[in-house]
Amino acid sequence: MAILDHTLEALHEQLVNGELTSLQIMEAVYDRIEETEEQVGAFLALSKTEALAKAREIDEAGIDPHNILSGLPIGIKDNIVTKGITTTAASKMLEDFVPVYDATVVEKLNEIGMISVGKLNMDEFAMGGSTENSAFKVTRNPWNLSKVPGGSSGGSAAAVAAGQVPVSLGSDTGGSIREPAAFTGIVGMKPTYGRVSRFGLIAFGSSLDQIGPFSRTVKDNALVLNAISGYDQRDSTSYDGETPDFTKGIEKGVKGMRIGVPKEYFHEDAKEKGIVESVRAALKTYESLGAEIVEVSLPHSKYGIPAYYIIASSEASSNLQRFDGIRYGYRADNVNNLDELYVKSRSEGFGLEVKRRIMLGTFSLSAGFYDAHFKKAAQARTLIRQDFEKVFEDVDFLVAPTTTTTAFDIGGQIDDPLTMYMADILTVPVNLAGVPSVSIPCGFSEEMPVGMQLIGKHFDEKTLYRAAYAFEQATDFHKQKPAFKGGK
Amino acid sequence: MNLETIIGLEIHVELKTDSKMFSPSPAHFGAEPNTNTNVIDWGYPGVLPVVNERAIEFGMRAALALNCTINQDTKFDRKNYFYPDNPKAYQISQFDRPIGHDGWVDIEVNGETKRIRIERVHLEEDAGKNTHGTDGYSYVDLNRQGTPLIEIVSEADMRSPEEAYAYLEAIKQIIQFTGVSDVKMEEGSMRCDANISLRPFGQEAFGTKSELKNLNSFNFVRRGLAHEVERQEKVLVAGGELLQETRRYDESTGKTLLMRVKEGSSDYRYFPEPDLPRLVIEDKWVESVRQSLPEMPKARRARYVSELGIPEYDAEVLTASKEMSDFFDGVLSHDVDAKQASNWLMGEVSAYLNSEKLAIDETALTPKALAEMINLIADGTISSKIAKKVFRELIINGSDDVKALVEEKGWAQLSDPSKLLPIINYILDNNEQSIEDFKNGRDRAIGFLVGQIMKQTRGQANPGVVNQLLNEEIEKR
Repeated sequence: MAILDHTLEALHEQLVNGELTSLQIMEAVYDRIEETEEQVGAFLALSKTEALAKAREIDEAGIDPHNILSGLPIGIKDNIVTKGITTTAASKMLEDFVPVYDATVVEKLNEIGMISVGKLNMDEFAMGGSTENSAFKVTRNPWNLSKVPGGSSGGSAAAVAAGQVPVSLGSDTGGSIREPAAFTGIVGMKPTYGRVSRFGLIAFGSSLDQIGPFSRTVKDNALVLNAISGYDQRDSTSYDGETPDFTKGIEKGVKGMRIGVPKEYFHEDAKEKGIVESVRAALKTYESLGAEIVEVSLPHSKYGIPAYYIIASSEASSNLQRFDGIRYGYRADNVNNLDELYVKSRSEGFGLEVKRRIMLGTFSLSAGFYDAHFKKAAQARTLIRQDFEKVFEDVDFLVAPTTTTTAFDIGGQIDDPLTMYMADILTVPVNLAGVPSVSIPCGFSEEMPVGMQLIGKHFDEKTLYRAAYAFEQATDFHKQKPAFKGGK
Repeated sequence: MNLETIIGLEIHVELKTDSKMFSPSPAHFGAEPNTNTNVIDWGYPGVLPVVNERAIEFGMRAALALNCTINQDTKFDRKNYFYPDNPKAYQISQFDRPIGHDGWVDIEVNGETKRIRIERVHLEEDAGKNTHGTDGYSYVDLNRQGTPLIEIVSEADMRSPEEAYAYLEAIKQIIQFTGVSDVKMEEGSMRCDANISLRPFGQEAFGTKSELKNLNSFNFVRRGLAHEVERQEKVLVAGGELLQETRRYDESTGKTLLMRVKEGSSDYRYFPEPDLPRLVIEDKWVESVRQSLPEMPKARRARYVSELGIPEYDAEVLTASKEMSDFFDGVLSHDVDAKQASNWLMGEVSAYLNSEKLAIDETALTPKALAEMINLIADGTISSKIAKKVFRELIINGSDDVKALVEEKGWAQLSDPSKLLPIINYILDNNEQSIEDFKNGRDRAIGFLVGQIMKQTRGQANPGVVNQLLNEEIEKR
């Protein structure tokens, strides 16, 4: 078994008993990247020198047997700021931006000795579902290189699926962790809003954004969430309650649990029947494991897409105003006055999709339109949140498909923003409600992976991991390896 | 045409917290540009604001002192606009749930009391400063960026520049008493914009208003408004039409100059700040802030007049600042004649402070020392002439024990007859002509003799005692 086929736990064990060194693991990582990166294109930047130096340092100091993640590699989405390491959010606007501070999650990973491999490609400022909106490069789906890896955290997903890194961090504003996890056949967790500090995450939709882990196995995912969770006094929206050990009791199974199946999320006439079929089959598996399946309704889900695109874009239009060419980032040449400096820097620095959303958000917040757009969207959001609260009075968690299609062709939808937006229909209600949701592999449709999302109560990621783990142990979808179809 | 003036003021007050409104940087001035800043003040990618609780408390203090109702379910909003001194391109402010609303202050103009309503008091962060260099570049200093502010918005209740002036004074005084700000217009810790319009008497609808900026002192507010009344009046009387303008007061000419004509209202696209949760203020907090408010100037004035018999005008002067008023109360706590204390503060103390440009708490004078000195005058230990010397010593160098100081310096008066009589008789013995003159009804002679005695005692003799003894001794001859 190759080094990188092991779980984090197995790697840790080998570090502790001396079969492996952190340096060997890191070298394996960079070898694998060298081998596959030309086809996948997951990384925007690699920090090999620093990573190897850190691995040596950890090896010399000796592995702490109680610190399970020490000396192990992780990839970081490029909208999470890293001190001294260029952080671009895949935008020309930040092409040469080198932060002077670390995001809280990066600080936490550093503290426990996890080693950052490099920065991962994404849709510019996390806006998109295919990673095609990156200003810098195309990332390809390891299962089929002519297809997108999903987005916006496409680099984070592709790197894990391709076996370049065992785990990575992404961010999810409307599905940006779950959709690429589904498209690439891996595990992606969007934690409860507030579970993970947003300090140092370049903001897109501040009331929706949440950082979360990608991994090949459920337990690896829980281990990383353990490491990055917790109250942060620098983020007033972070949760100041208890942070449990998400791996504890993970093996307890689903016997006696009640699983809600929201009827609005199952379109029997969907374009890809394989998706609904896979999820239905997964529900049968859960039944066989002793869970009870109940149909439930989330009647306001239909408002999810409009509410989401108005709220996220409104917040983004304000969040992205700081990229004005004055203090850092891209500044246009040959301007005659302040207004021109603003207009030209922003026109040249931002990509098309980002500009589209800035305009949508600016419009939604404008005098005379605020009530009909932003305010209405906020009201819809409340209704959506109440839908979830209501069903969770009766069930332990929900199961639904993560996406309406499997990964689509690169270039296939990029000129059709509305179709792209509609593709988020199954993921955005979760962000609007602030609840946690994990997408796990549950089958294949036309040789491409299918993802199923488990949606839980606020701050009940533990139940989701437990249920996901039960399914994973009962199936072998997570053991399938991508084919690099269409590659050399 | 008989026109009525309508004025409303928007006053910004900087809160003197240690750190900024939403970042841990120091909120102090005078540092090198951009040194009191961090990534949050720079509006760096990924940073988040954290509310300074002290600023909330200060905002509440001010709002309560201005008789506002506290919004206990309050929140912050973003006000979006691009400008280089505004690094996030939005200012965190409060839109529809200001910390305080529906307050009032009473002002007095020409002996009449009038209540000016306060629409709202809200919290926000200050912007940085742009400077335009002679080298063709513009510079941004973000030291001020993020300093906590409150904005106090009055209703359009003022009817003359004098009322606006009095309102501004009242606000300054009240805020100063709450201790949340230095409220110095010259230093920018208090700033004022004025909205002014005219309308025919009896008309209900407001006329077209102009907004005045750059009113950097109390007098500029009054003069700027007065000029604006004149200007608008001229246009209206001539049958012209006013435009909604933003105008700048020009201190060199005393006139207001057009900055820009407003076309519609600017759209700041306010929306709730998603990075900060709603702020719920518990009753307990409001009550503890209310309890901690000091006695306000108006109440103190009333107490000085009714309980201490201090004249109205004097009470006004004594409550002009909290430091002065606290000092006065401090002097009184040492069992001293209130009128004497008031006279000293209004006279010598004020004269000294004015000439040295100091505030009373910047001198060495303590309430206890001043009280001791006043009591030493009252019991004849020192003369009022010597007292001036003592006072200078107290205000420049200070003293814990004024009596000891007076003795040490030999400033006590000579009042003991057994010590004075030999001197008096010595002078009489040597000035027989003067005794003669006095007996012949020349009153001036006594003055000459007193002068000689004072000279002999190097001014330390108690003039009252000397006069009495001198008369007795002359009678005996």
